[in-house]
Amino acid sequence: MAVPAGPASSNPSQPVKAAPWRDPNAKPYVQIERVTKSFGDFKAVDDISLKIYKGEIFCLLGASGCGKTTLLRMLGGFETPSSGKIYIDGEDMTDVPPYERPVNMMFQSYALFPHMTVEQNVAFGLKQDRVPKAQIQERVATMLDLVKLTDFAKRKPHQLSGGQRQRVALARSLVKRPKLLLLDEPLGALDKKLREHTQFELISIQDKLGVTFVVVTHDQEEAMTLASRIGVMNQGEIVQAGTPSEIYEFPSSKFVADFVGSVNIFEGKLIEDEPEYVRIGSEELGGTIYVSHGISAAPEATVWAAVRPEKVFMSTAPPEGSDNVVRGAVQDIAYLGDLSIYLVKLPTGKIVRVTQPNTSRHAEAITWEQQVYLSWDATSPVVVTR
Amino acid sequence: MRRTPWSQRFGLSGRGLVVLLPYLWLMLFFVVPFVIVLKISFADIDLAIPPYTSLFQWDEKNVLSIKLNLNNYVFLFTNELYFKALINSLKVALVSTLLCLLIGYPMAYGIARAKPATRNLLLLLVILPFWTSLLLRVYAWIGLLKANGVINNILMALGLIHEPLAMLYTPFAMYVGIVYSYLPFLILPLYANLEKMDWQLLEAAEDLGCRPWQAFYKITLPLSRNGILAGSMLVFIPAVGEFVIPALLGGPNALMIGRILWDEFFSNRAWPVASAVAILLLLLLVPFMMWYQGIQARESAGAR
Repeated sequence: MAVPAGPASSNPSQPVKAAPWRDPNAKPYVQIERVTKSFGDFKAVDDISLKIYKGEIFCLLGASGCGKTTLLRMLGGFETPSSGKIYIDGEDMTDVPPYERPVNMMFQSYALFPHMTVEQNVAFGLKQDRVPKAQIQERVATMLDLVKLTDFAKRKPHQLSGGQRQRVALARSLVKRPKLLLLDEPLGALDKKLREHTQFELISIQDKLGVTFVVVTHDQEEAMTLASRIGVMNQGEIVQAGTPSEIYEFPSSKFVADFVGSVNIFEGKLIEDEPEYVRIGSEELGGTIYVSHGISAAPEATVWAAVRPEKVFMSTAPPEGSDNVVRGAVQDIAYLGDLSIYLVKLPTGKIVRVTQPNTSRHAEAITWEQQVYLSWDATSPVVVTR
Repeated sequence: MRRTPWSQRFGLSGRGLVVLLPYLWLMLFFVVPFVIVLKISFADIDLAIPPYTSLFQWDEKNVLSIKLNLNNYVFLFTNELYFKALINSLKVALVSTLLCLLIGYPMAYGIARAKPATRNLLLLLVILPFWTSLLLRVYAWIGLLKANGVINNILMALGLIHEPLAMLYTPFAMYVGIVYSYLPFLILPLYANLEKMDWQLLEAAEDLGCRPWQAFYKITLPLSRNGILAGSMLVFIPAVGEFVIPALLGGPNALMIGRILWDEFFSNRAWPVASAVAILLLLLLVPFMMWYQGIQARESAGAR
């Protein structure tokens, strides 16, 4: 499949952020080479190779049990790979214990030491390294200032709120200026409002300090917001790695399309397969899908066309053309304020999900049971072969 | 109309009853005997049954005279034997507690870190000795330690020694007995404490630069402080007054306050002096017990 470059690189209005992963000569900061971790017969991580570059926020995204935490723990030194190598900043770290790695971890449970104050927690790693006392004080103070916890320095962890604990954990893991910071579900324990706020705070702190982050999360929204790149994991493998927009707009498989965001997937067969376009006949859709780019698949092969709900247009009048058009009845509507979700039932029984922004306060309402036409641009569907 | 339960007719709720019964029990079997012992400690020795004088006496003309004899206490404080025995008891209890800690901490730690299935088995093995009476277990040690006992026979058969080691009736045997008997009392509260430990804290410590033993020293040890103190008190307090083990294993030279008490009661029939010893011993141990209670309260409150 031909994957055009994602919008991030082609959009001139964005400041040109270096995308070292596109540069074949760029030196990776973290290199994971054919790493496998088995627990008995079970392969938690299965032959993963990955390059992460300096200054990145790389998100490992996947459902629980996909091996993302195991991979993170191998980076931290808490697990040893069954086979393969891990290099950090050019050095072989495969068998180096955690206390000798230039890597720090922010644990999902935060793992704050309950018998120490906030200050002592943050200073712990520096004391361990026998940093001079005056320097410890200064660095701890700077760090507490950065996470806005100066007033809470003398408190014990059980006297803090969830969000404050999360910031103590962050300060504690950053104060040693690690080459690599590992974050295990960093926002998992926070409520939604706080999570959104903290996401941006994390990005700004990372920007300020220039530390490379590897984040594990099961929350795709979190991954999208935080990540420079996302590695989508399934059953111990990285099924796709790319920028958030690449992952979203150009998923390489049904799994990725379905896992990241919501999507309508239509199974079909190639009818026409030209270099510039393909036409897919789909029984599920009860029509044909025209896609304005070529794909590489065997003729007559079963393929899947994935269309995002926000890329489906809904109208009461029939649109022009016969491709990419289908008729259905509105079965359900969910009003979310900023947008509405419509579930439209096709004559074939297939349910199509459509989202429409509520741009007007008095929109002519499409209601339940109404007959509507659904259509989409020829550039919208993504065709995947697996 | 519902019939009022009989307890309520006496102004008692069910909850009150639940609390009342144990208190009645304690009243009957702790407070009353304590008062009796206290009373005897102020009496004088007498050739009678029971062998002490009465505190209360009706003189003629309706005068009740109470005679408090403080000589027993004076005797205790002026006679070196009791002081020595007390110091020795405290020393033995302290050393035993430290030995128990040395052996018991690694065991409790090992059990707490074992897989759940193994954990239950290991705990069962710790509790198992309680299924036999203490006396039998101490007697079993006599069989193991005596001159022609199991240990000596094995060592001699192996050719490691040529004549039996004198182990029984030495301080060594006494310590073996006390440590062996009280070890579970240290392991169980310590295990209960360590079991609640968040082991991820150790990973966090290692992540921040601690070697495993440093992580243990800086994280596990301070966090298990309450468990250590509670377990130590449970060994120390009863070990101070321990009588059976020193008597059976320690030989004639094991000068323990518990033995003195026994001798005063049964050999000398000096009930008043024995009672005074008992009262003093109790007063000595009360601060430790209160400390232990404080630890327990803190532990259950969850504050660390």
